[in-house]
Amino acid sequence: MTITARTAMREGFVACDACGLLSRPAGAEEPGRCPRCGEELEFRRRDAIQRTWALVITAAICYLPANLLPILRTTTLTSEKTDTIIGGVVRLYTSGSWYLALILLIASVMIPLAKLSALAYLLITVQGASVRNNRERARLYRFMEIIGRWSMVDVFAATFAVGIVRLRPLLSVAPEPGVLFFSAVVILTILAAESFDPRLIWDSSQGKQETDD
Amino acid sequence: MEFFSTDIVACPDCDLLQRIPALSSGGAACCPRCGRKLATCNPGSLERTMALAVAAAIAFLITNLEPLMGLSLSGREASTTIAGGVRQMWVQGERITALLIALFAVIAPAMQIGFVLAILLTVRRPPAPRWVGALLRWVEIAGSWSMVEVMMLGILVSLVKLAAIATVVPGVGIFAAVGLILLLAAMSSSFDPREAWSRVRWVNGEGPQRTRPPAGADAEEARR
Repeated sequence: MTITARTAMREGFVACDACGLLSRPAGAEEPGRCPRCGEELEFRRRDAIQRTWALVITAAICYLPANLLPILRTTTLTSEKTDTIIGGVVRLYTSGSWYLALILLIASVMIPLAKLSALAYLLITVQGASVRNNRERARLYRFMEIIGRWSMVDVFAATFAVGIVRLRPLLSVAPEPGVLFFSAVVILTILAAESFDPRLIWDSSQGKQETDD
Repeated sequence: MEFFSTDIVACPDCDLLQRIPALSSGGAACCPRCGRKLATCNPGSLERTMALAVAAAIAFLITNLEPLMGLSLSGREASTTIAGGVRQMWVQGERITALLIALFAVIAPAMQIGFVLAILLTVRRPPAPRWVGALLRWVEIAGSWSMVEVMMLGILVSLVKLAAIATVVPGVGIFAAVGLILLLAAMSSSFDPREAWSRVRWVNGEGPQRTRPPAGADAEEARR
């Protein structure tokens, strides 16, 4: 594709983020409100790059305690032990449920890491005005939006373990602070993906040749 | 303010201007540049979605009222519902996590189903009042935070973990949750927000209009 793409912004139009209606805004500085739904119009999400970076960095910081701190404490008559996320994965693997161990390893360890690196990659390429692999980068962004929620699996598993195992003093399970950090990572990465604006991937191609396709 | 026929759109993911062509039944239009799906043609979408939403509401109630699983160890028994898990998390000091779980597993799916029902009931006789537009926005937000399918996997994980130390019995709630996941997925894919938006009264009082000549923008036609 070598033509300059006719985007809404280039032609002086703006599409409403809420309802999708295309309109000509009141002015370039103050686009005004959508005539259909009344939502404030924006050509691009405001401060998308700064906000996404801030959320990505915060999530990366929370990722450490999320994996180092225990998430569950199991108490029986004779013993008391705590489990980290990785500890739980290892335990599942050694007890023979390698498929569940694999699911948890992907959901809890790899998805958050993949999401953070993918967002950092998108941010860096957008800031470097890259025009390469646009379609792949767009696809990466969409894929990330879909898989992000699955890292919440371990928190759900912990919640139900805590909810059901109340056979004191025989057996009881209690949450530990790692759960909080882990939920924080999931929420922050979801918010980070939402604050990013995928249209920025394509903006650098305006007036240049698109090297993919 | 100038605006265009709703057939002309800018791709939400790459901002490319294009016209949505007349679609055959069951067809979809995708952005030729980035591949984002822009519109689907889904005749009877409103009625079908209504049926699915009612079924999802019933499955939602059963999922939340019935125990998800039971546990027995040395003659003692325990069982839990979603609310039970949330309450224990709260009581044991993890209040933020408890609120998040309640949001993802109960509140967001409830909003998703409830708002879709409210929208479908009001858009049957267009023009629908303006607050339906707010609901349409909230359905999208609630949908992105509703994680019943993730909860299901979490339950399975904890069932397998607990099976190593005690006898676990899946409850009625777990089967309702499977139904709820399928119905929610079917409901969101059959729901057509473009169709619903086209029936909502505009803030500026000028719409909805179904046809209005495009003002000179030559849009690319989206290809399947």
